[in-house]
Amino acid sequence: MQDLLYFFQQLVNGLTIGSTYALIAIGYTMVYGIIGMINFAHGEIYMIGAYTALITITGLATLGVTWLPLVLIVALICAMIVSSAMGWAVERVAYRPVRGRHRLIPLISAIGMSIFLQNYVHLAQGSRNIGFPALIHGGFTFGSSDTFQAQISYMQITIFITTLICMTALSVFISRSRTGRACRAVSQDLGMANLLGIDTNRIISATFVIGAALAAVAGLLLGMYYGSIDPLFGFIAGLKAFTAAVLGGIGSIPGAMLGGLILGVGESMTSGYLSGEYKDVVSFGLLILILLFKPTGLLGKPEVEKI
Amino acid sequence: MAANNVRHAFFSALITLIISYPILGLNLEAQGISVTLTGADTSTVIAIFIAVIVVFVFQLFRERLMDRVRELPFLSARAHKEPMAENKRAKIESWVITGIVVLALFWPFFVSRGAVDLATLVLIYIMLALGLNVVVGLAGLLDLGYVAFYAVGAYTFALLAQYADFSFWMALPVGACLAALFGLVLGFPVLRLRGDYLAIVTLGFGEIIRILLNNWTTLTGGPNGIGGIPDPTLFGMEFGRRVKGEGNTSFHDTFGIAYSGEHKVIFLYLIALVLAVFTAMVIRRFMRMPVGRAWEALREDEIAARSLGLSRTAVKLSAFTIGAFFAGFSGTVFASKQGFISPESFVFLESAIVLAIVVLGGMGSQIGVILAAIAVTILPELAREFSEYRMLIFGAAMVLMMVWRPQGLMPMRRIHIELNRQE
Repeated sequence: MQDLLYFFQQLVNGLTIGSTYALIAIGYTMVYGIIGMINFAHGEIYMIGAYTALITITGLATLGVTWLPLVLIVALICAMIVSSAMGWAVERVAYRPVRGRHRLIPLISAIGMSIFLQNYVHLAQGSRNIGFPALIHGGFTFGSSDTFQAQISYMQITIFITTLICMTALSVFISRSRTGRACRAVSQDLGMANLLGIDTNRIISATFVIGAALAAVAGLLLGMYYGSIDPLFGFIAGLKAFTAAVLGGIGSIPGAMLGGLILGVGESMTSGYLSGEYKDVVSFGLLILILLFKPTGLLGKPEVEKI
Repeated sequence: MAANNVRHAFFSALITLIISYPILGLNLEAQGISVTLTGADTSTVIAIFIAVIVVFVFQLFRERLMDRVRELPFLSARAHKEPMAENKRAKIESWVITGIVVLALFWPFFVSRGAVDLATLVLIYIMLALGLNVVVGLAGLLDLGYVAFYAVGAYTFALLAQYADFSFWMALPVGACLAALFGLVLGFPVLRLRGDYLAIVTLGFGEIIRILLNNWTTLTGGPNGIGGIPDPTLFGMEFGRRVKGEGNTSFHDTFGIAYSGEHKVIFLYLIALVLAVFTAMVIRRFMRMPVGRAWEALREDEIAARSLGLSRTAVKLSAFTIGAFFAGFSGTVFASKQGFISPESFVFLESAIVLAIVVLGGMGSQIGVILAAIAVTILPELAREFSEYRMLIFGAAMVLMMVWRPQGLMPMRRIHIELNRQE
């Protein structure tokens, strides 16, 4: 009984983390699907989202606004606006001028951007980690034995619900709206979409903005869940999310969601049953193994190389 | 058109405001467990608004400004200048290099100890950058976990010295070869991958090595690192005040001069110099050999190169292994210079710095990379008050180089033969 409860506890923790990884992974996968580059600075955009959310929450507390739903929604909106603006600017400054050149050039440019943003926040906000207030307390026990209680906190439920809303909204947006249809067209064939009168530059910008906004949501949620943020925490999270995107099949949005969940569960099982120190090793090892044996991921389409 | 320009300029200025004001203008301060928000000082706020206005004006008159810049006399003069004749250039280059090496040999005897120490570090970075240059610049494989091989070299020496009593000279080839072996073993499966996947896999590998070093406490001492790494000796002569190793003599006793701490620093510098020159020469030879040409051919067009019968795996693997070899080489020197190593020295940032050096210098160009290594290491030391902006400037420089001059500051010149015109 106790073993089973422990397992379920790890599963819940893993799904919580995994669903936020999925939110970040969508940014990678959409950008990759459309222009075929790894947006290395995406983790930093997520970090900036978390910082903006914390700044907003602190600012509202200073002003005396304490009604929780209002605080959360305002923080979410501010974080999404700043992150989206950042995503737009990054694409405009660092990626658009090098688009279409040799594969390594946009990637190096992205690494440069990632280092730049990391240090931008580091210089502006200091390098120490800052406590993120846990606004949502409590939880309920879904099963207990003599020595162990399996709990779901309200924070975890908030994460699930928010992620679910975001994913649904994104799916509807991609499948129903005009811009979403244009996004799908551009990701199938950029040149052809251009010929058919789609403003591809605008669609690419939109992709970056959407990815950044979702990353900002993840920033707020994970910031609250972990309880502290620092300028470097985007880097590892970005790498994990990239792993999730690759695991699910890069370029595929449902793949990113699935990959995020699998990675989150795998990681939480590792830290639950082996040791917390090696959870990063497991996720990077997983990444290497997938790329070696199934580079198209779980739901990705095989890529045909044309000469 | 004009209205469109104004709209775009306004939008850009707004975005600038949004991305700069919340992060720069409002500072979070942790006080105990609570966090407070304070506004930044007036100068920062003014700077933000000036930046916004600059962006607005620039975007408004962008096209006209760009036309002006293109017409500037010195830019257009440079663009139309004939390149220097090939043999003349090679001659000047070889003289300059000889001059620099001779100068570098005698220079440490006249300057302070700190300067020599810094110069040793510069030489270590030169070795690292030259090695990475083979992988990234020549073979076109983006390796983001290069620092892992550097760590292998350094830890090999440290562990061998601790457990097996190895000296520097015995550990140097062992460390380099072990790093090369790591490169070979890692490279064999991953080199099938496409460029950007390869970058991520190497990055993951670098992180795995660092995490292992951090957590395998029984062997590596974990975050505490390994200390007491011996200094190099000169034919059994030690540079310390007292002799530690059995059968060794001390340098100052043998030559009958007074003991001075500087001897050791200068000796280390000279070793690093010799090894750096060795690295440069070996890689230069490789570049002219068939394998070097194969690297470049594969970088330029993989399908064409393969259809001409080049083995993709063998060529890439050779570049990867040679790069790893020199990383291990410089790792050993680094361990011996510091006397103490810990996983802290082998973070991703270190890989990024070396990559920045290669990119700034011009991928593939040896002289460019050497000059960039010197600049990147020394400039932050000269401008101490700007040292915290170092990484910010690196990041910006990498982006700007890719946008404006992806071939680097001193681009590589292909070694080629010109046919004389028959008249």
